[in-house]
Amino acid sequence: MTTAPTPVPTPAATDPSGGPGPSGTAHPHRTAPSGHRAAGRRRIPVSGSWLAVLPLLAFFLIAFGLPAVAIVSGAFTTSSGGDVPAGRFTTDNVRDSVQGAYWTALLSSVKLSALTALLGTVLGLPIAQAVVTSRFTALREAVLTASGVLANFGGLPLAFAFVATLGNAGEITKLFHLTDHGWSLYSFTGLTIVYLYFLVPLMVLTITPALDGLRTQWREAAANNRATALQYWRHVALPILLPSLLGGYVLLFGSAFAAYATAAAMVGATVPLISRSIADALSGNVLVGQGNLALALSLDMILVAVLVMAVYLPLQRRSARWLS
Amino acid sequence: MTVHRSRAAALAAVLTAAALSLSACGSAGSTGSSGDAKAGAKDAKEATSAADFGGMDALVAAAKKEGKLHVITLPRDWANYGKLLDGFKAKYGIEIEEENPDGSSQDEINAITSRKGQDRAPDVVDLGSAFALQAAKDGLLAPYKVTAFDKIAESMKDPAGLRVNDYGGYISIGCDAKKIAACPKTFADLLKPEYKGKVALNGNPTKSGSAFGGVYAAALANGGSLDNIQPGIDFFAKLKQSGNFNPVESTPATIEKGETPISIDWSYLNAGYTDQFKPKGIDWQVAIPVDGSYAQYYNQAVNKWAPHPAAARLWQEYLFSAEGQNLYMGGYATPALFDAMKKDNTLDAAAAAKLPVVEKPFTTFPSQDQITAAKKVVTENWTKAIAG
Repeated sequence: MTTAPTPVPTPAATDPSGGPGPSGTAHPHRTAPSGHRAAGRRRIPVSGSWLAVLPLLAFFLIAFGLPAVAIVSGAFTTSSGGDVPAGRFTTDNVRDSVQGAYWTALLSSVKLSALTALLGTVLGLPIAQAVVTSRFTALREAVLTASGVLANFGGLPLAFAFVATLGNAGEITKLFHLTDHGWSLYSFTGLTIVYLYFLVPLMVLTITPALDGLRTQWREAAANNRATALQYWRHVALPILLPSLLGGYVLLFGSAFAAYATAAAMVGATVPLISRSIADALSGNVLVGQGNLALALSLDMILVAVLVMAVYLPLQRRSARWLS
Repeated sequence: MTVHRSRAAALAAVLTAAALSLSACGSAGSTGSSGDAKAGAKDAKEATSAADFGGMDALVAAAKKEGKLHVITLPRDWANYGKLLDGFKAKYGIEIEEENPDGSSQDEINAITSRKGQDRAPDVVDLGSAFALQAAKDGLLAPYKVTAFDKIAESMKDPAGLRVNDYGGYISIGCDAKKIAACPKTFADLLKPEYKGKVALNGNPTKSGSAFGGVYAAALANGGSLDNIQPGIDFFAKLKQSGNFNPVESTPATIEKGETPISIDWSYLNAGYTDQFKPKGIDWQVAIPVDGSYAQYYNQAVNKWAPHPAAARLWQEYLFSAEGQNLYMGGYATPALFDAMKKDNTLDAAAAAKLPVVEKPFTTFPSQDQITAAKKVVTENWTKAIAG
């Protein structure tokens, strides 16, 4: 893993961050043009001020542009180590990447990410709400700090923590003979539970500022008009929170979609995942000359991330008018 | 204007001085340290045998002058590489840099291609057969014939010495006898209901060579052939359906924790675990299945652009010397020169006696085309068989 072949693993390595990455940057992008238009009507734009954004653009081009170009060009050329000389144009990689086992892996990844992100959103919201409305500031601080830590507690340490407690030789598994009751950590269900361990805290962190933005007066006004708590949530709070919830969902989706080490350490091939297929194609002891197929798989991942963003943006715009 | 010009002139003068002093430093350093070593190194790069150096002693001297060997993906607990590395260091006083011990063959190829001409490139590589053949075809390897080259069977080497089989082993079934009442001896045994959730592989056969070997062996045990690996995949699908398949990828850690009480792996790994775990109270037993007998050798090769070409060649000589080959066997691997050493009476009989018993020798290795076809089938069908 430490060895970096010229362009091959670099884009794949940056690719996971490409998942959640756009979701973070997309928000300002979305609002920027409309803001600019409004300003343009009023006064002449100050010339030269755009220079200030150059470092950002340069960074963006180097950190996202170059790998993206490398991925696309690699995905459409032949790998070294195949029967054909390297560097020829081909659509085989992309075709293979959406067929057979690779297609299964892609679907399975999307299914797992969509489900865990949904569960994370549904579970994270009430927890965050409970913390925000709590009278004990100490509890709030504790939960938020813990969330900050747990949201980053992914990868191998998390997998091993679960294996040690709930794996087939885990302490709790042995204590309660869970295997006899059909429990297996190394399954889709097991992986979902493990993913929630870092996705729920991530949701709590993401949604807390939005919940803080809900004013007490709105709830009081609703109560004064004899609205029940349910009606308040249905007609006031949730519509206002919707953009933040959607943003959180997209962030969670990206996080789960790109997760690799946890699954690699836990489930092997029982839950086929696109991120693992990329690793198998890139660095293995069995498949030769699959480097550019891995790039094609990365391209698929980017397309899925873009699709999710494309669904999120119009919805977000529609509900954004509630917030001012 | 004049001020500007004089300033520019001053700047130019400073820059020139800096450039001069820097280049002076550079040239002084290079002539001082590696001037004469370079002349030797150039010969070493093209040497195809110890004779090209002027005999073993000259090779040793050239390697000692380089003073360093850079190796990659040699796990210390794999086929006794720990002792081989230490033995080489002790014998020749050459420092060894070890890198990425748990990497894969592809990682080794990547390191060769991406670090051409760099001092931190690997000198030698230990490759799976498919990768060795490909690397030889792509011109990444230097031809070198060790002293014992002629004693190695024709089917186990490249005629020019680009790659040579160094050590190998059989697919075996390891079993924790403290946790399992009766250890399985064959692939057929593995389907018995008493092994529910216990049978593991060392990885995913699209990535791990030993898991791929495991599937090949299972195919041979279930009516398949070197041309037909599908029965092996079907066997694991059956294992999965019966609930016996354990998806955890076995490592020494998972064996020690009891996560993978039965593990299909290379014989030299499983047999090595026996020693490793004895002090920890684990009775790890190894059986080579009679119904699915499959063996494979790894390949030794020199990087064409090895930064320490003489040391790289000396390492080859060491690995294929009686000492090196016996050390492989100390790690329960079958050395490539096993038969020749038996004849020459240089075989370490005690170590040979400790190798797991092979009742049905495997002598016909799959061809490159057969392996390529088998891989395609495994890539397409493995996930389908095991997922869920």
